[in-house]
Amino acid sequence: VSRRVVITGVGAVTPLGIGAHTLHERWIAGQCGIEAGEAPCADFDPTDAMTAKEARRSDRFTQLAVAACKEAFEDAGWDGGLPYSADRIGCIFGTGIGGIGTLEANHTVLVESGPGRVSPLAVPLMMSNAGAAALSMRNGLMGEVYGIVSACAAGAHAIGAATRLIRSGGAEAVVTGGSEAALTPLSRAAFAALDATSTSGFSRPFDARRDGFVMGEGAGVLILEDAEAAEARGARVLGELLGYGATSDAYHLTAPDPEGAGAAKAIRGALADAGLEPDDIDYVNAHGTSTPLNDRAETQALKTALGKRAYEIPVSSTKSAIGHLLGAAGAVEAVATVLALRDRIAPPTLGYAEPDEGLDLDYVPDAARPLAMRNGRAPIALSNSFGFGGHNAVLCLGGVA
Amino acid sequence: MSATITAEQVETVVYDALVTLGPSREDITREATFEALDVDSLDLAELSQIVDEEFGVTLKGSDVANIKTVGDAVDLILARAS
Repeated sequence: VSRRVVITGVGAVTPLGIGAHTLHERWIAGQCGIEAGEAPCADFDPTDAMTAKEARRSDRFTQLAVAACKEAFEDAGWDGGLPYSADRIGCIFGTGIGGIGTLEANHTVLVESGPGRVSPLAVPLMMSNAGAAALSMRNGLMGEVYGIVSACAAGAHAIGAATRLIRSGGAEAVVTGGSEAALTPLSRAAFAALDATSTSGFSRPFDARRDGFVMGEGAGVLILEDAEAAEARGARVLGELLGYGATSDAYHLTAPDPEGAGAAKAIRGALADAGLEPDDIDYVNAHGTSTPLNDRAETQALKTALGKRAYEIPVSSTKSAIGHLLGAAGAVEAVATVLALRDRIAPPTLGYAEPDEGLDLDYVPDAARPLAMRNGRAPIALSNSFGFGGHNAVLCLGGVA
Repeated sequence: MSATITAEQVETVVYDALVTLGPSREDITREATFEALDVDSLDLAELSQIVDEEFGVTLKGSDVANIKTVGDAVDLILARAS
C-alpha cells in the first residue's frame, strides 16, 4: 500500500493580503485584490519575514516565498523546530519565471554602465531555483531540494512531485508550493504582446466578456507529510493530497488544445491516482484564467473527464479574486482549496455575469455557497493548473472528516 | 586623481558601502573582522565593484581572500590607488 500524504500547514501571500486565511476569508466574502488591471501584494513588507540583509539577497519572488513559508511553518507547528531529521525533509518549489525583476534591473545596469557593474548577486537572485534554495537554507531542510519550472502549472507540478517523493519513501515531509513576482516592465510588455493579458483590466473567468488574464504576484506554501508520521507526532491535519495527474498537450507554444484533451487526461489521471470516480468530486478549483481560449478548453476538458458530473458540481476560479499568479497560481489555489474544503464551502467566481455559449457549468456566480455534503464524508476537490507549453497538472485534494 | 586619495576618503566609501551590505555603522571599525560583521565573499564582490567605481582600483578574488578586517581592506585600496 502506497504511503498517504497529508497537508499539515499552509501559508500564502496574495493580492488579498498577507496570510492563507486572509486569502480564504476575503475571497469567500467576495472581495477582489485587483486594482487598475493588476494584482500586486501591496501590503507585503519583506522585512516582516527576514532581515534587511536577507531581503537584499533575495529577489521579490523569493521574499514572497519565504514569508509564505514562515506562515506555513507556524501553521504546521514546525516553527519550534523540524519534526523529522533534516535529511528526511525535502523542498520542491515552483516558479514560472524566477527573478525577472533582478534580471531586468541588471540588464539596465549592463546597458547603461557596462559589464563591470552587473551585480554579483544577479545570478543567485534570478535563478529559478532560488526560492527552493532559500526555503532550504533558512529552515535547514537537507533532503531532496530543487525548483520546478512549468509556467503557470509550476505550483501544481511542485505539489505533485512533492507528493510522489513522500509516497516513494524518499522523504518524511516536503515543503512545497510556488512563487511569482513578475509585475515588471518587460514581463508586462511581453504578456501584452502575446495578447494574453486583459486590456479591460478585469479578471472575469468563464464570462462572455473575458478578454485575458490580469497579472498578479504572490506565493503559496504547503507542508506535506507522510500521514503515519504526521499522526505519530500528533499533527493537526488540514487535508489530504489524494491524487495527482499530469500530461502535456504537445500542441502549441501558448494555446491549449481547443478540445482540452490533454487537460482532460490530467483530470482523469488525478482521479485514477486517487482511486476515485467523477461522482466522488464535490468541487473544482478551476485554472480559469479569464482568457478566451483557456476557459473554453477547460470547460470542455471538465465535461470530457467528468461527464454529467461536471454539470452537477461547483466550479470556481481563484483568479477572479487575485488575478493570475503564474507559477504561484497552482500553489495558492491549492491552499485556497484546502481551506474551502475545511469549511465545506465553494468560493465564488467574482465578476461572472454574462454566460458564454458552450460555457455552461456552475461557475458559482455572485457569492460563496455551502458545499453539498454526501454521506457525511469529507468533501473532495480537484485543482487544475495549465501552463504555456502545454503543461497540465491536476491535484485531487481531500478535506478531513 | 589617484594621487589625491586619502585614507579618510577610502574609509568613508568603504564604511558607507558596508552599511548598505548589512552591518550597523556603529559596529564598523578598522579592527572589525568581516567575519564578525557577517560580510561574506558575495558582499566583498559587491564592495570591490563600489571601490572600482569610486577609485578605479580593481580588487581580484585573490586579493579579497587575504583580507580579514575593515582596516586591511582600506589599506589595500589605498596602496593600490597610490
